[in-house]
Amino acid sequence: MNGVLAILRKELIVYFTTPIFYLTGFCFLILGGYFFYSNVLYYSVVSYQGAQNPHLATYLNPAQMVFRPLYGTLAVVFLMMVPLLTMRLLAEEKRSGAAELLFTYPLTDWAVILGKFLSALLVYALLLGLTLVYPLAFSWVGRVDWGVLVSSYLGLLLLGGACLALGLFASSLTENQIIAAVLAFALLLLFWLLGWQQEMGASSLGSFLTALSLMEHFDTFARGVIDTKDLIYYLSFIYFFLFLTKRQLESRRWRA
Amino acid sequence: MMIEVQELTKYYGPTLAISRLNFEVAKGEIVGFLGPNAAGKTTTLKILAGFFPPTSGTARINGFDCVHDSIEVRRSLGYLPENVALYQDLTVSQFLAFAARAKGLDPKKEKAELERVIADCGLKEVRHTLTASLSKGYRQRLGLAQALLGRPPLLILDEPTIGLDPSQIVEIRQLIKELAGEHTVVLSSHILPEVSQLCRRVIIINRGQIVASDTPENLSRQLGQGTRLLLTVRGPENQVRPALAAHPGVLEVSSLEDGRYVVTCQSDVDLRPHLARLIVDNHWDLLELKTQEFTLEEVFLNLVTEEEGDQA
Repeated sequence: MNGVLAILRKELIVYFTTPIFYLTGFCFLILGGYFFYSNVLYYSVVSYQGAQNPHLATYLNPAQMVFRPLYGTLAVVFLMMVPLLTMRLLAEEKRSGAAELLFTYPLTDWAVILGKFLSALLVYALLLGLTLVYPLAFSWVGRVDWGVLVSSYLGLLLLGGACLALGLFASSLTENQIIAAVLAFALLLLFWLLGWQQEMGASSLGSFLTALSLMEHFDTFARGVIDTKDLIYYLSFIYFFLFLTKRQLESRRWRA
Repeated sequence: MMIEVQELTKYYGPTLAISRLNFEVAKGEIVGFLGPNAAGKTTTLKILAGFFPPTSGTARINGFDCVHDSIEVRRSLGYLPENVALYQDLTVSQFLAFAARAKGLDPKKEKAELERVIADCGLKEVRHTLTASLSKGYRQRLGLAQALLGRPPLLILDEPTIGLDPSQIVEIRQLIKELAGEHTVVLSSHILPEVSQLCRRVIIINRGQIVASDTPENLSRQLGQGTRLLLTVRGPENQVRPALAAHPGVLEVSSLEDGRYVVTCQSDVDLRPHLARLIVDNHWDLLELKTQEFTLEEVFLNLVTEEEGDQA
């Protein structure tokens, strides 16, 4: 446990002393702000029309019209951002040769992996936390369904955790940060797009692939439903990729 | 015993790096690994440090197996790698604090321990500098500092003075000497005077095998193949040289300029009085006569080239 904390602390220092966090955070908030603004604008136009059309007014719901699309879009932005957060984690250890020191400290492989994963998750959670400004700002002028928001944020956290675990695994495969980022991005995109199979023509394989898709499971959370099926999907996705990372780290022992 | 190594063998793919090494290191000893580049020094030290396991054979440190009790082994040692790679984005004190936590030091003692190694390794003036901008000398000292954290019973130092300037080398050597007794130190080097100064025992390793293991003095004596006498004689060289060479017990004579001669003779007899008499009897003038020990450099070269000769 102390080992996990040691790694976690070191990684957080590196995140917050190098520009990568600030840069990704800046770009992310600009995009997030723009999406929020355009969604709210659209919502206000529709509610203006709703004032003249009572039938339309019953469909007006900020959770469905502002926040659900907002978090859907933000999830895509996160998908592109996660490889940037994880690419350094293990690749840089190997490239710089610091791995030689790290693996001669009395730390288990799990401590190293968990420390690194949790540091990335904390940084991600912090970025996510910054987006709370949008519902807070909205609650000044309108009614916000906090239940749906909590479920959305839980979904985003789990989705991010899954992406980060995959990114960490990609980083363990290579010494080159760029390769790690490209690999992570390609794999994430693949897991994202798996869900499209079903739309092109439902088959048993199609629904199987859809069940594996990262985005498919997020949508339930965005609707305000916390389903154990989705919880288990994300948790096992995270465990699976952390486990692969562990295997990859172990391989240095028999490959050397 | 601090280190017990039996039949240690390591292959990198098809390449044999070390072959059936056997040696022991007692508690409190300072042992030097000496060998040319690619002799297998670093590989041996990496196995001892628990970085990777051997292909076959066993290594035990402090009674713990390097493969099966890797965590215990790593807890009891401080390791300075050959190329000290540090986290570029951390400052010296951040790096040491990380190392202290990773080594599981008691958080209460952490601060005092950091201050101790910073002072011992002369890092005070750079403690808030990023490791990326440290000079090679400071980086080496930082590497040593992290190895010393927590006073591990065993220190494994791979080329500890490489890249340092002469005054720093003296400082680091002094530091290593002071560590003896409290710590067991295993260091590797290709700088022979360093090893003969620091270590009570030298293990010479070449092509993955141990070719000799003894004190530096014994190695010079036993493996020097005879003693050497340095003579300065005033007399005609064409007569002096054959006369010296013809004397029983003399193995080889070579002449230097200004009437100086180097005579290699069997080590079991002291030829000095006989040679002095020979020169005086011939009415030449004996200006100087002294014995010259073989340096470790020569021993080393002898051993290493002999081996290569055998294999050729």
